[in-house]
Amino acid sequence: MSDLLQFLFSGLTVGAVYALLALGFTIIFNASDVVNFAQGEFVMLGGMGTVFGIAAGLPVPLAALAAIMGTAFLGVALNKLAIEPARGAPVVSVIIITIGAAIFIQGAASVLFDKQIHRYPGFSGERALHFGGATLLPQSLWVMSGAAMIFVALWVFFTRSLTGKAMLATSNNRLAAALVGINTRYIMTLSFGLSAAIGAFAGVLVTPITMTAYNVGIGLALSGFAAAMLGGLGNPVGALVGGLLLGILEALTAGYISSQYKDAVAFILIILLLFFMPQGLFGSKHAERV
Amino acid sequence: MRLKPKHISLLVLFVLIVMAPLFFPSGFYYRVGALIFINAIAVTGLVILIGYAGQISLGHAGFVGIGAYSCALAPVHLGISPVFAIALGAALSAGLAWIVGRPILKLHGYYLGVATLGLGILISMVLANEAQWTGGPDGIAVPDLGLRGLLRDWGFRVSAGELWYWLAGAVLIAGAWLALNLFDSPTGRALRALHGSDVAARTMGIDVPRHKLHAFVISAVYASVSGSLLALMNRLVTPDVAGFMHSVHLVTMTVLGGVGSVLGAIFGATILTALPQVLTVFHQYEHMVLGLVMILVMIFMPDGLLPSLLKRFRGRAGK
Repeated sequence: MSDLLQFLFSGLTVGAVYALLALGFTIIFNASDVVNFAQGEFVMLGGMGTVFGIAAGLPVPLAALAAIMGTAFLGVALNKLAIEPARGAPVVSVIIITIGAAIFIQGAASVLFDKQIHRYPGFSGERALHFGGATLLPQSLWVMSGAAMIFVALWVFFTRSLTGKAMLATSNNRLAAALVGINTRYIMTLSFGLSAAIGAFAGVLVTPITMTAYNVGIGLALSGFAAAMLGGLGNPVGALVGGLLLGILEALTAGYISSQYKDAVAFILIILLLFFMPQGLFGSKHAERV
Repeated sequence: MRLKPKHISLLVLFVLIVMAPLFFPSGFYYRVGALIFINAIAVTGLVILIGYAGQISLGHAGFVGIGAYSCALAPVHLGISPVFAIALGAALSAGLAWIVGRPILKLHGYYLGVATLGLGILISMVLANEAQWTGGPDGIAVPDLGLRGLLRDWGFRVSAGELWYWLAGAVLIAGAWLALNLFDSPTGRALRALHGSDVAARTMGIDVPRHKLHAFVISAVYASVSGSLLALMNRLVTPDVAGFMHSVHLVTMTVLGGVGSVLGAIFGATILTALPQVLTVFHQYEHMVLGLVMILVMIFMPDGLLPSLLKRFRGRAGK
């Protein structure tokens, strides 16, 4: 029993990060129909930026803030320099552009920072807490509550603020949104900035647990993409459920079956899901018109 | 007599392969050339899948891996010669592609991309984890093809680099010839029709799932052969050949050079294979340059390098 609780704790921690990644995918996909394979690089930059901010003598909150702001700015630049100019290009081209951006950011990070593995101490110390025979790092609580906070804040933003509603409208129908006077290009830029900031925030929170290096981005992006697909691409609630589900399933697989094949879970799940439920768990059904 | 475009393409390819060694400053370039041709074989298969049929795959390195590991494992465990191991790998790849192809190819766009990506990652994961068979992440040695010894017995002395240059070049020409023939065949026309529109092709009486499956299986065989040759040339294979980055490299080569044309895609393979060899001086900037090339070409030359350059060249010549 204590084993199961232990696996659930670690699953929920990783799952919270996957959920934030999936949320980033979802926001960009809704605004622009682009699947951004550079999403994992934002998480890496959040962690690496904080590491080097601390090394430069900044206090932790300031270093984290600087890393998040910098990454958000990079997200905006990515949209302006690489995504907007290729508007209307086929899916294959857009996939190559965002993968190219991921490789570029990874290369730039290895030059700008270094190729070492880094971490910094947890925000509330490193002493593990004990619950029912399982241990939990205080930093895991930071990750889970941070993710919960982001989801609540975004829910408020999307349902209460005018800009949030404009983003929802754009995701439903870009042309119609433009017709009622919504600046859809601004919405797209905003969505890239927001996604990048959310990714960097996840990186700031999780680095004390998982550590970070210049090349962790692609793997994270694939897991986050899997989580987003699982929940149904384009649905924030799906991103949350898909992320947590994937995290827990990976932890259970690692615990009870084989730790080598825990990364396979996401892809077996995706392939099965695509065969039997192509819209994901929470995706909307689209009728295809010719 | 007026030559058909496909014959011109083949002739250009043949002349380039035969003439290039005249400009090689050292034997090392034979190896680079062979590497280019081996990548170009897989890329030619992707031209059929992506360029003709319009179906993306982000997991074709999985088939490269199957071909490569067949040549490493079959001669040792089954006692067959490496030549038959190439055929075995191709058969395995074709079989797997045939089994998973039908459900996967119902998907479109990103969903197809992620399903093929998952397939490729699962294959590379098995290769990396089943260490008692595959040697794990460190890789495994591959038996000798035996061709060099055979040639020596006949009195020909060639270096390993030269042998692989000519062998891979010959296989590439054969592969390009098949792909170009396919373009104008009924199957090729059907593929290009369903590229334009699934529904329109179906109303014309084309069996869309079957043709998509054919393209998928054919491209898997190309990838598998490319993997086999790579393994036999390097005499060593690691799970990286089946990894996500190799899949991305292959798709990028295909799209970079010009996805619709065999010659263009081979051009793309040449650039992306030669680039890291040229950039060894700037080794630490390699990833930045690669990423930048991918982004810039997609934005400014969406048709790919070769078609865009040709168009510009023709435009100027016409004035």
